[in-house]
Amino acid sequence: MDIKDFKFDLSLTPTDKGVLEAIADMTGTPDGAFNIRKNGEGLVRTSSRNIEIVPKTDKPGIDIIVKPGTVGEEVHIPVIITESGVNDLVYNDFYIGEGADVVIVAGCGIHNCGGGDSQHDGIHAFHIGKNARIKYVEKHYGEGDGKGKRILNPTTIINMDEGSYAEMEMVQIKGVDSTYRKTEANLEAGAKIYMMERLMTHGDQTAKTDMVVNLNGEDSSARIISRTVGKDNSTQIFYPNAIGNNKCNAHVQCDSIIMDNAHISSIPAIAANHPDAMVIHEAAIGKINSDQLLKLETFGMTEEEAEEIIIQGFLK
Amino acid sequence: MLELKNVSFTVDGDEGKLDIIKDLTLTIDDEKFTVITGPNGGGKSTLAKLIMGIEKPTSGKIIFNGTDVTDMNITERAKLGIGYAFQQPPRFKGMTVRDLLSLAHGSELPEDECCTYLTNVGLCSMDYLNREVDTSLSGGEVKRIEIATLMARNLELAIYDEPEAGIDLWSFTMLVDSFRALSKNRHKNVIIISHQERIMQLADDIIVLADGNIRTQGPKDEVFPTLLSQFGSFSSECTLRGEEK
Repeated sequence: MDIKDFKFDLSLTPTDKGVLEAIADMTGTPDGAFNIRKNGEGLVRTSSRNIEIVPKTDKPGIDIIVKPGTVGEEVHIPVIITESGVNDLVYNDFYIGEGADVVIVAGCGIHNCGGGDSQHDGIHAFHIGKNARIKYVEKHYGEGDGKGKRILNPTTIINMDEGSYAEMEMVQIKGVDSTYRKTEANLEAGAKIYMMERLMTHGDQTAKTDMVVNLNGEDSSARIISRTVGKDNSTQIFYPNAIGNNKCNAHVQCDSIIMDNAHISSIPAIAANHPDAMVIHEAAIGKINSDQLLKLETFGMTEEEAEEIIIQGFLK
Repeated sequence: MLELKNVSFTVDGDEGKLDIIKDLTLTIDDEKFTVITGPNGGGKSTLAKLIMGIEKPTSGKIIFNGTDVTDMNITERAKLGIGYAFQQPPRFKGMTVRDLLSLAHGSELPEDECCTYLTNVGLCSMDYLNREVDTSLSGGEVKRIEIATLMARNLELAIYDEPEAGIDLWSFTMLVDSFRALSKNRHKNVIIISHQERIMQLADDIIVLADGNIRTQGPKDEVFPTLLSQFGSFSSECTLRGEEK
């Protein structure tokens, strides 16, 4: 039987619901295990037969424990901040048992209508067991017309055992004033990671990403794709770093569309410490190609509609 | 009906003004399949871009179905039913072939319809539907998808700019068949800029454009036999061009 552990009544306001839908596509109570954190406190938590969610006792956060061999289950752990001036730091650890295959949907949405800054720093550590597979989706989103800033600083550490696979999709949709994303992946033999980061900044926003992938095991491989759009006066800085310490294969690709008065820097680093390590990096920054705009205009779109379609496709 | 009245197009070149189109007057009646041909640099692509609104004439008027479109932008002309297949189409990162065909069509296209358009241009549809229109596709593949985007639209006037360029012979045969079919049902009027004899053979009318103006215009049976004498080795030379890329 499922274990129910409700700390509070599930009384979500329309704002809560809107934010939950934006970050986790959640329009109702999800099936399986889930945890909703609101304004720095756990709002509701449910474990399932195979996925246990346990609050930490020494610091804020939860442990998500997936039993070995669990296949086809999902776990949702969205965070919402709807009060101004909240500074939330949370530690979430994911223990994925050997041979499991699960989907994890995280994400944080901030609705800030007040004058104080609202900040969420989520520190996620994944411990992916031998031959286990995960798909992780994390969406970050901000809204609200207050003067207070919406700040999200996620740290993601992924430790991958032999033969494990991780597909990580990390998206910052819009409305986040400042973000500093730190990601570290450590791959054992035969482990494979596919990481897709999509980010759009506008207004005076800033986004900084530090990413390190250590390919430690034989035949480990990494494919990292970063696609970003910088609009208005926003600033983006990327430091992707792939290090081949064994016979391995890594491909890092960073593409950015620059618009208006945005500033984008892409500062890649690659290193090989083994003769059979193959590490590749590609980076490109440029504005929207005028022929792309013309082409879509010949379909009857205005220039603005064409721009929107090109950006949507690019960030899809 | 498309009318061009005393249209000129001049650009600033390194050695002063350069006249690309010179006081050109032209009428294309409805339900016509017209091939525009002529030597390179004669102004064919520029003429197509002037009709689509990608370039604006320095002087003169463009009238489409009775409406003066001279000052209309590309979007407005597209909404009147004018479409243009680029000679060198752009690529789109993140956009699938199916997305692009749906955007062209104006609404989500069912899979079987997408497949029909792709098959018409010689692409095995299942391999392409979900591929991105990015640098992973060859020049010839992007070109065929470009032609398919125009075929996916119901147009008053469809303009194809050298559709044969970059397409291998095998696919070319299929393309000629597709043009023959679409000239009858999808588009009310078709203009194809081409050097290919087999495409010219489909035409109702042929216009020969040279040095920024019309050298000859008339029914295919009258104009086609004169082409070789007009341009000497032009035709065979240009036929090769279509297959070289």
